[in-house]
Amino acid sequence: MKADVQERPEVAGVAHAGSDRVIGDVVLSVENVSLAFGGVKAISDVSFDIRKGEIRAIIGPNGAGKTSMLNVINGFYHPNQGTITFKGRKRSVMRPYIAASQGISRTFQNLALFKGMSTLDNIMAGRALKMRRGLLWQALHWGPALSEEIKHREAVEKIIDFLEIQHIRKAPVGKLPYGLQKRVELGRALAMEPELLLLDEPMAGMNLEEKKDMSRYILTVNDQLGTTVALIEHDMGVVMDISDRVVVLEYGRKIADGTPDEVQRDQRVIDAYLGISH
Amino acid sequence: MVVFGQFLEVLIGGLLAGVLYSLVALGFVLIFKASGVFNFAQGAMVLLAGLALVRSLDFMVARGIPTWAAIVLALMFAAVVMAITAALIQKFVLGPLVNQDGLSLFMATIGITFVIEGAGQMIFGSDVYPLRLFPTDAWFILGGIFDGGLLVSKIDVWGGLIAGALVAVLAIFFQRTKTGRALRAVADDHAAAESVGIPITWIWFVVWLVAGLVALTAATVWGTKLGVQFSIVFLALKALPVLIIGGFTSVPGAIVGGLIVGAGEKIAEVYLGQLIGGGIEYWFAYVLALAVLLVRPQGLFGERIIERI
Repeated sequence: MKADVQERPEVAGVAHAGSDRVIGDVVLSVENVSLAFGGVKAISDVSFDIRKGEIRAIIGPNGAGKTSMLNVINGFYHPNQGTITFKGRKRSVMRPYIAASQGISRTFQNLALFKGMSTLDNIMAGRALKMRRGLLWQALHWGPALSEEIKHREAVEKIIDFLEIQHIRKAPVGKLPYGLQKRVELGRALAMEPELLLLDEPMAGMNLEEKKDMSRYILTVNDQLGTTVALIEHDMGVVMDISDRVVVLEYGRKIADGTPDEVQRDQRVIDAYLGISH
Repeated sequence: MVVFGQFLEVLIGGLLAGVLYSLVALGFVLIFKASGVFNFAQGAMVLLAGLALVRSLDFMVARGIPTWAAIVLALMFAAVVMAITAALIQKFVLGPLVNQDGLSLFMATIGITFVIEGAGQMIFGSDVYPLRLFPTDAWFILGGIFDGGLLVSKIDVWGGLIAGALVAVLAIFFQRTKTGRALRAVADDHAAAESVGIPITWIWFVVWLVAGLVALTAATVWGTKLGVQFSIVFLALKALPVLIIGGFTSVPGAIVGGLIVGAGEKIAEVYLGQLIGGGIEYWFAYVLALAVLLVRPQGLFGERIIERI
């Protein structure tokens, strides 16, 4: 896949070419969600769904409520109205760590890494929910805890290989360049083996080369592991290339929802991005 | 030889006294590492642990329970008191302040200090209570080399041993266990830690519990040395220069910082005191801390602070 990418100059080269992906049933549905901070309405009555195995993009101008939407989905914000249904379970209030235990992982718009810890420890932290052995065993570093640690370490090493960050395995992440930090953050989210991966502007501030790499990682995860992905992204080229369906928000309202082609032709979307002449 | 013997005695006494500062400093470091909060209440927690320990011990001994059993039960009782304190702090103070600024949390711990001081003394009394857990007499060592030998106080040696054991246990806990890794993760970023499924409320309870148990450990040694009394809260402030010198984020830093402060102030008192008048002991640590701040603001062992602009 890598060689394939490098032959083509533009990001478009990494679109789903010839894969046999299966888009399944609805795995997450957002119904009539509204969220207000005091008098500011961040989200007004938004509904959409995400199907199993698809890449779903959420786009919109700055301040459209995209990040708020992600925060509602993984439980950082509690919607004033509306419900979220994930894997058939309906809820309106949710705690982030419970969302994590149900299989939702995420990255953040402005990097939220454990800066004092190494790349390895950051990604290992993503395995927090998967480690079961008691404190005493772990402290002794012996018996079942040791074999468990080795098992998780193997999983983490796979992720490190996949994201091509072997060389920074032991480096404290606070000192890494931005693009690499973004990759480590993706690694930590992947370590949770999520069913739904939420990416908040995974390519912000990256150059073309880094964007291509990141697109490739996202597509590979989606292809090979069947992970459902919801992403917020401002680079329209990337969004249109890699996503299956796109939902467009503006001022907290949904203005369009459909395939990239449909959305691109939608007059309201064009107006939202280019402005309307009065 | 007499001169050297005296120096050695001062040095050993100072180092061992420094271990006591380290014990309190450790509590500060733990909470700072794990929640990014500078816990002003650590001194008050030492007082509370000491009061719970000494009062329950006296109560049981007065009712004829054998001393060894009473000590074990009293330690358990004090540990439970610290656990309840940790749970209450987490539930009513820190819980509502998740994702808030470090300064807000710091202010909250100042409030906690007054509540613990007040409640502790209201429940357990406010006198000076002598605690006898360790022998308080002294050894005279190396009598063959130095005339009359060197005076080493037994309680200080006990303090050193306990501090060493405590550091070993904490190091293993932080570096090798899942909970330890989760603690470090929470310290770095609350939101990110929650997003990978770390239950932040539980982790904060664990942190405050561990800090409470460290406070209890410090209280056993300090209480034996000085008696359990209100002024322990102020002595705990000596941990501040220790932290500045050692670094706020480093467990070994707390130990080394304590040793430097302890030895430094005793040596300064004995040798500089003759030249510029006594009483140096009380401010020497702060001057030392100031000097370290000028040269190495993160402390000897602290993590370098890198701020991207």
